[in-house]
Amino acid sequence: MADTAAVSHGHGTGTGLSDNKLLMWVFLGSECLLFGGLISTYLIYRSRFGDGPAPGDIFDIPFTSVSSFVLLMSSLTMVLALSALQRGDVRNNRLWLLTTALLGSLFIGGQVYEFTTFLREGLGYTTSPFSSAFFTLTGFHGVHVSVGIVMLMSLYVSSLRGNLRRESAETVEIVGLYWHFVDVVWIFIFTVIYLVPSPTS
Amino acid sequence: MDSSEITEATAVEVVDHGDDHDHPSDNKYIQIAAILAVLTALEVATYFVDMPGAVLISALMVMMVVKFFLVAAWFMHLRFDSRMFTRFFVTGLVLATTVYLITLTVFEFWTKG
Repeated sequence: MADTAAVSHGHGTGTGLSDNKLLMWVFLGSECLLFGGLISTYLIYRSRFGDGPAPGDIFDIPFTSVSSFVLLMSSLTMVLALSALQRGDVRNNRLWLLTTALLGSLFIGGQVYEFTTFLREGLGYTTSPFSSAFFTLTGFHGVHVSVGIVMLMSLYVSSLRGNLRRESAETVEIVGLYWHFVDVVWIFIFTVIYLVPSPTS
Repeated sequence: MDSSEITEATAVEVVDHGDDHDHPSDNKYIQIAAILAVLTALEVATYFVDMPGAVLISALMVMMVVKFFLVAAWFMHLRFDSRMFTRFFVTGLVLATTVYLITLTVFEFWTKG
């Protein structure tokens, strides 16, 4: 058992690094390609809105700014959750995990609101190449955030059952890496898709 | 301010958690988050200010890259962890950028053709 723990922290692995952490970084590297492809597609199609609403007419920058800020701050609460567990402070770890999940849910709530508003204004998934590319990109990101929330809640439940202790801080760190990546992708999407001036009709 | 205070104020605060490596203190994380919040506010401010397109896009790109590196270096601990993790991440980023450049070039080529 002790040997297993040592291997998971990288002491007995071929690279000298934790296999689990290395695997997460390889996964995140591959995720860059996924989002790179989706962002490229959006940038190519953003001017092809046909008779439907144009991006510059429909984006609500103040609203998206608030939800971006919420997601950005969830990265702080995530890192505070890890820091607490590394100190052996299980109570604060739970608090910050729950706060991170709540902030993530708030972001998803904002995205659902944004999507329904766009639908009401006539921008459906198949309205134009722009709308398809936009919903695919932001929808994929939303799914990633939702998966992250499920992971955070699993950690929270695991902690309530007494299975999340200082020795298992690496599990929280790995979930944290995924969460921060989702945040980093949104930093990119928020600037390139929303803030860089978009075409208007 | 005496020299010990200066050292305290300028040194990067790290806390040993008994893990494989040191991590920053909670205060340092809050400082980084405050910088990120200010940068986001500045980004949003560009939406309400009239400025030439080239200046606007350059400013937005610089702020985006700074935010990206702050999160990756401090919150994802790339600054403190093994460089192999950084290499995997950077490889993904470089490949993603290459995909974008190739796609854009190809579409541009087809449009012109």
